[in-house]
Amino acid sequence: MIGAIRSGLRAGFSLIERPFERLFTPQLNPLAQLGALGFFFFWIVAVSGTYLFIFFDTGIERAYQSVEHLTRDYWFHAGVMRSFHRYASDLMVVMVVVHLLREFSLDHYRGVRWFSWITGLPIIWLLYASGITGYWLVWDKLAQYVAIVSSELLDWLPIFGEPIARNFISTGTLTSRFFSLMVFMHVAVPLFLLFIMWIHILRISRPKMNPPRTLALLSLAALLAVSIWKPALSQGHADLAKVPAEVGLDWFYLPLYPLTNIWGNGAVWAFLGAFSLMIALMPWLPPLRRAKAARIDLAHCNGCARCAEDCPYEAIRMVRRTDDLPFPTQAEVNPSLCVSCGICVGACPSSTPFRRSEDLKTGIDLPDYSLKELRERVIAAAGTLTKPGRVLVLACEHGAAGGRLDGTVVMPCVAMMPPSLIDFVLSRDLADGVAVAGCAESACYNRLGIQWTEQRFAGQRDPYLRKRVPRDRIATIWASALEVTKAQSAIASFAATIAGLPPLRLRSPLPVSSLSRPGKDREPAEVKGDS
Amino acid sequence: MTRGLRLAGQFVVIAALFAGVAWLSDRPVYRQIPEGAGMMMLTFVHGADRKGECRRLSPEEIAKLAPNMRRVQDCPRVRRSLYVELDIDGRKIYAADLAPTGIAGDGPSRVYQRFVMPAGKYDVAVRMRDTARADGFDHERRGTIDFAPSQMFVIDYRPESGEFIFR
Repeated sequence: MIGAIRSGLRAGFSLIERPFERLFTPQLNPLAQLGALGFFFFWIVAVSGTYLFIFFDTGIERAYQSVEHLTRDYWFHAGVMRSFHRYASDLMVVMVVVHLLREFSLDHYRGVRWFSWITGLPIIWLLYASGITGYWLVWDKLAQYVAIVSSELLDWLPIFGEPIARNFISTGTLTSRFFSLMVFMHVAVPLFLLFIMWIHILRISRPKMNPPRTLALLSLAALLAVSIWKPALSQGHADLAKVPAEVGLDWFYLPLYPLTNIWGNGAVWAFLGAFSLMIALMPWLPPLRRAKAARIDLAHCNGCARCAEDCPYEAIRMVRRTDDLPFPTQAEVNPSLCVSCGICVGACPSSTPFRRSEDLKTGIDLPDYSLKELRERVIAAAGTLTKPGRVLVLACEHGAAGGRLDGTVVMPCVAMMPPSLIDFVLSRDLADGVAVAGCAESACYNRLGIQWTEQRFAGQRDPYLRKRVPRDRIATIWASALEVTKAQSAIASFAATIAGLPPLRLRSPLPVSSLSRPGKDREPAEVKGDS
Repeated sequence: MTRGLRLAGQFVVIAALFAGVAWLSDRPVYRQIPEGAGMMMLTFVHGADRKGECRRLSPEEIAKLAPNMRRVQDCPRVRRSLYVELDIDGRKIYAADLAPTGIAGDGPSRVYQRFVMPAGKYDVAVRMRDTARADGFDHERRGTIDFAPSQMFVIDYRPESGEFIFR
């Protein structure tokens, strides 16, 4: 059931992600920047709120008048800031909700990711508490409605001796001190929200807290345009002698308020409790079956720290050396944070398939899918390639080619593949070309797999793909699991291109061993390029 | 696509999304009561009498108590339920036994009830029993009100003066 919902959502996101990627480029795609945009809108709300506080006056009469004053008389700065404050907080809700749905669709909430998922729950509660307390401060008809319904909701809980809602039955029952309390709440709750937002990203390596500058500037410009086109306005002074019969609700913050009338307060609390419980339990419904965590082989680890730098989950740290080797540090894996993506294996300089030792070993390896096994699978898969233009596909299990069988080697993430594996395939004449097929570009299952792979190929990130490897023999295909046809067509097109190329005259500096022979003898190739 | 054109396209898409968000920030409007209707509210907080009378403790009972806890009388804390009725045009629209609040049952009873009614003239009668009497009422108020659309008409009770107030 959950799996079907997840697949449906993923299909929906795939449909809109592609056009967004085309228009914005994968780097600027807002759907890949939802968390960062959430932070960005939080800061806009914080700055605009601080500015508005200069003009705001607490008091039953003064609160409304001060907000009207800043909206009408100083519309060109304070009024715009009010709109920024309102719309940025609404946009923050949008970012949080879409972020939650997208992470769910990508299965980014189970296993070690439970921590970020669970800490997202108090963020939702605090975000709503921040927004709702803000609406009270304006003290217009909407504020009156929000105050009454919120109090009635709170009064349903057996906490308060006297119903809070009685404060709003007539003008005489409400004092100006109430506004001082609400101002305090409206400042304290967002501060606590920021603290939880920090905890939310604590276990993520290189969290995106700021959107790319172009996207941030575009968002600011759009916010300004919308603020001028439709400024945020009050809805008439609150009058406790009258029912706010018709109000313009903020449907992002107050969608459940009308339900209190239809369902009753108890049912709304039950809904909120059930929703929170469901979110809290989801990482274990069902639990993610994890492969064994990566293991360090100290004999092959020189403490270079590349694995620690590349791990997207902060699962590896460098510690003082515990053996006699002459290096100051060694890598240490925290099994409770490791998702066994294998990115560390691809980052390790000891991970070279050219090694001729019988038992291929590297500094850090996956117990359930070792580098040796990867090399064996590559050799076996290459043996099945017979057509002209032999293309070996090295695929991520979460991407479009993850289910492809012939000539494909599937791994947890394409960044598990050390760049030297491509050199190995081409120099040993195992294939005429290599297609690296990962997830969709802005939806990498392991967050940084695509980025690291591209940087390694481009010679920007250690370990580099050697210069001697002809780049026209490599294709990168980034497509989601729902874009199988697109990936297949890209692979076929690449194979056709490869078939038209002259024979590859690349040879390993080392003698060809029986290990790298897929079964069919080929004529020796000559060395080309640097080695 | 040139960079300028691409940027313009990106801006248009973002601005359109933001405009949708801005529109939903106060539209569509929500009407919580029908047009031409108002709200009548019966709400008050009041503690009924305690269930038992105070009893004078004997010297032996007082001596058994800790020195700092000694007192002359033992007064039960638990309050009675409070019974309240509301009639509109002679028809009973609300009647309830309101239990005392608090874990020990010593807090005041409370009521907070809303009634959405069409505007018009109504004969209102509210009655309450807060003592040990078996029938009849300790407090009562009747009146005719002219109920306007969107009006919030509150029936409250002032324990200090022991009377219902209409406002």
